Amino acid sequence: MDNTTKIIIVALAILVILTPLGLIASGEAFGEWGTDYFKEKLGYVPSGLEGLSSLWNAPMPDYGIPGLEDTTVGAAVGYIMSAIVGSIIGVAALYVLGKLIIKDNAD
Amino acid sequence: MHIPDGYLGPITYIAMFIIMIPIWLYAGYRVRKDLRSKQIPLLALSAAFTFVIMMFNVPIPGGSTGHAVGGAIIGIIMGPWAAVVSISVALIIQALVFGDGGITAIGANCFNMAVVIPFVGYYLYKIISGNSDIKSARRIVAAVIAGYISLSVAAGCAGFEFGIQPYIYPAVNGQYPYMPYDLSVTLPAMLGEHMLFFSILEAIITGLVFIYFQRNEPGLLEEKKLSQKMPGKISA
Repeated sequence: MDNTTKIIIVALAILVILTPLGLIASGEAFGEWGTDYFKEKLGYVPSGLEGLSSLWNAPMPDYGIPGLEDTTVGAAVGYIMSAIVGSIIGVAALYVLGKLIIKDNAD
Repeated sequence: MHIPDGYLGPITYIAMFIIMIPIWLYAGYRVRKDLRSKQIPLLALSAAFTFVIMMFNVPIPGGSTGHAVGGAIIGIIMGPWAAVVSISVALIIQALVFGDGGITAIGANCFNMAVVIPFVGYYLYKIISGNSDIKSARRIVAAVIAGYISLSVAAGCAGFEFGIQPYIYPAVNGQYPYMPYDLSVTLPAMLGEHMLFFSILEAIITGLVFIYFQRNEPGLLEEKKLSQKMPGKISA
């Protein structure tokens, strides 16, 4: 493993530990509102939106561990765990994908 | 700007998948053609980088939030096609595992964040850099501008996709089925929030990572020239 790779991993680890800072933003991003928002603003929930919104149940919804998100510490732990899980899956997926598609002697 | 399920109607989200499938396939072909196996670790780490950067939500006045993507710097360092692959992987994980961005909106979200950002970022960086030395300050400026503009353009794309819904799916009995706000709301909201706040963050991140590579790994910033000069020299 070269020096740059090591430094990037260390930098990523620091970023992962700092991710709970992202929880300070408690609002919702534009266009990422829950169905309650529409109920409140428009008096109805768009029918197609309501139908599709429950299409998928993510195992770690909103970067949290189900049951742990109620407390600040629990949310922070869930956030860090999510950053670790997401990073590991991402690295693993690209490692496998990279090994499958990159052939050094292809040309 | 992770569009959730339900905001885009089928015409839009299917169209975005139809646009993305050839882009994903060609990106895979270009990664195979342009990258060497020694670059796999950097490619893999770039997916973790963008994944983690997107978790840093920033609150802004008015109660909304948003984040940077880190897509421009990945495009600049890895090349835009490799960036398509790594950012797409991060976005697909976010949708499937964390419910951030809809399953039906994977095509749209990948187009906005995994295609628009690295391509706009990479080409702006290239154009502004010109023939300047790899260590020149001009290239830092180029990277910063690339970060700022690329995220803003992506936000505009997301705003456009949101805002065309009321025209494609008009209200029935006074109720819109999908995103109810039209372009007059969605474009200013998405562009404004990003141009005033999140794109500045993207610009700073792009600049800082660029400076790091410029000082410590300038060779990676001219990777393309290197691999053309010595084909086949590096083999695993």
